[in-house]
Amino acid sequence: MATETARTDPDVPAPPGEHLTLTDRTGLLRAMLSMRSIEERAMMLYRQGKVPGSFYDGFGQEAVSAGPTWAMHGRDRLCILHRDLAAHVIRGVAPARIFAQYMGRAGGITGGRDGNVHFGERKVGCVGMVSMLPDMMLVAAGLAMAFKLRGEQRAALTWFGDGSTSRGDFHEAMNWAGLQRLPVIFILENNQYAYSTPTASQFAVDPVERAAAYGFPGVSVDGNDVEAMFEATRQARERAVAGEGPTMIEAVTMRMHGHAAHDDMKYVPAEQIEEWRRKDPIDRQVRRLEALGVDVGALRGEVKAEVDAAVEEALAMPMPDGKTATERVFADAPALLEDGASRWSGF
Amino acid sequence: MTYLQAISDGMRQEMRADERVFVMGEDVGVFGGAFKVTDGFIDEFGPERVMDTPLAESAIIGTAIGAAVEGLRPIAEMQFSDFVACGFDQLVNVAGKMFYRQGLSVNITVRLPSGGGFSGGPFHSQNPEAWFMHSPGLKLVAPSTAEDAKGLLIKAVRDPNPVLFMEHKHLYRRVKGDVPEGSYETDFSARVARAGSDLVVIAYGAMVHTALEATADLDGASIEVLDLRSLVPLDEEAILASVRRCSKVVVVDEANQMCAAGAQVAALIAERAWEDLDGPVVRVATPDVPIPFSPTLEQAVLPQVDDVREAVRELLEY
Repeated sequence: MATETARTDPDVPAPPGEHLTLTDRTGLLRAMLSMRSIEERAMMLYRQGKVPGSFYDGFGQEAVSAGPTWAMHGRDRLCILHRDLAAHVIRGVAPARIFAQYMGRAGGITGGRDGNVHFGERKVGCVGMVSMLPDMMLVAAGLAMAFKLRGEQRAALTWFGDGSTSRGDFHEAMNWAGLQRLPVIFILENNQYAYSTPTASQFAVDPVERAAAYGFPGVSVDGNDVEAMFEATRQARERAVAGEGPTMIEAVTMRMHGHAAHDDMKYVPAEQIEEWRRKDPIDRQVRRLEALGVDVGALRGEVKAEVDAAVEEALAMPMPDGKTATERVFADAPALLEDGASRWSGF
Repeated sequence: MTYLQAISDGMRQEMRADERVFVMGEDVGVFGGAFKVTDGFIDEFGPERVMDTPLAESAIIGTAIGAAVEGLRPIAEMQFSDFVACGFDQLVNVAGKMFYRQGLSVNITVRLPSGGGFSGGPFHSQNPEAWFMHSPGLKLVAPSTAEDAKGLLIKAVRDPNPVLFMEHKHLYRRVKGDVPEGSYETDFSARVARAGSDLVVIAYGAMVHTALEATADLDGASIEVLDLRSLVPLDEEAILASVRRCSKVVVVDEANQMCAAGAQVAALIAERAWEDLDGPVVRVATPDVPIPFSPTLEQAVLPQVDDVREAVRELLEY
């Protein structure tokens, strides 16, 4: 079972995990830097009025999507939540298409049909979320059910938040997955707040403890340690493809920005933010890699250049033609999930 | 073959021909289904393809969606159509919007044993078609004959979109007919159940039989009965053609009247066939009350043969 990796001291770099090469560890940092850079730039575009609707980000939670996605095979499937942008980046979605998505442009992943982070690129094996949380836990269980029925060694993974654990679909998915011993990994992204509601008002029992009641393990992991998140997921995936059933991983993290761009987050004590700022997942990975002699400055430059180019590319994309809004409600032919990138050196 | 046997036959044909097809639902396996539609399936196809599920409608539909986007073709059974209320969100928000939003097709068939007439009471008698007609991205069919039940079921299983298959419980063993052997698809289109020229009764599901019986011998009048068969897509051209032929229209719904399928039919005629009408569009439907249990109460609200006959007579005299 996954080891207890939570509560590590953020100032002490952890030793390299035996399953991660330096290339992997750098790749994890790069994915987190991409996510942060894309989201910071998108927030600027939002303030400039170029992003309609609202804007949601995962500032401070980059490790929660980067680590687990790195541990998944390209033939595995992901149902991605709204603070998990690194998952899309790692699977191979071009940043320009992400900016176009935010701006409602024709070249976005949904072509302007859905906004902000409500997307999944089916051609890299990802299913986009819906706003009703945690609906995707059931879809992920269904993906895993397909793998099991076909006798394939593949796994499905989805994220869900602390607020999601109050809804019935959480229970239905946990029960179903436990009962059928499905190859599915549930990542509880515990960022302490569901909009303005703190976990103390959300549940009486920590959801990670409930996993046992459904017949499978739940582990609590430092959600701001990308390598710990990778390792917990790697082990969960190993269990899954070995037919040993689901795992729930609680990623203990903090939502560092408001629920969305309009939310000033006055309901969060300043000292809580300050405490978590010291645990920033990117800073931690930077310290690790700098100690190993990696030129992080060059990496940042590379990411910035990529994001600059992506913004320009997206801004040049047209808005969708209003006349197409009523088209393609129904499929004329099957259009299914396809495979994404397998990043981990272990594959 | 009965209507029920035709549904079973359609599923069996598809499961034999296509290993991607499987059935899932509450009590569908060992027990063979609450209505025995999947009786014997588990012996032929095994427990993995005839999956007994927990009592969890949202999970049945949600996991079916997941399996479908990965290339399987699940047929999910709601034990009673009423229970789809518990799976509403997965159907409307996940399945119905998936292709529009991200180009990912959701090939699921959800079987919904629906309708009243046998003292099922408020939770085992509903016709929830309109809930889903109002939700883009979901197809919805409702056969009235055994032959169509099989052909529409097969077509639904092969359709890359979510299809709700409304099978009327009161027709299961009451309706029999010749059903072609082997595999065939019935188009999601309307069918003229009886041709006529003085008035058309437009209906679907069990109400097709009510309409046929009510107008079988009506003072020599020539009454057409149009069986919609499919509500989404709605066969607008067939409806308009019937109105042009007959000029008088009675629309019958077993569902509650407010915003029912028949309301959409009436609106369509008002918009596009006004000039063809020789009288008002008349509706016969269940009033907006829960379906009561006691036979006298239930018969008082569900459209009966006499109700339809009376409405047709009145309109003929208009």
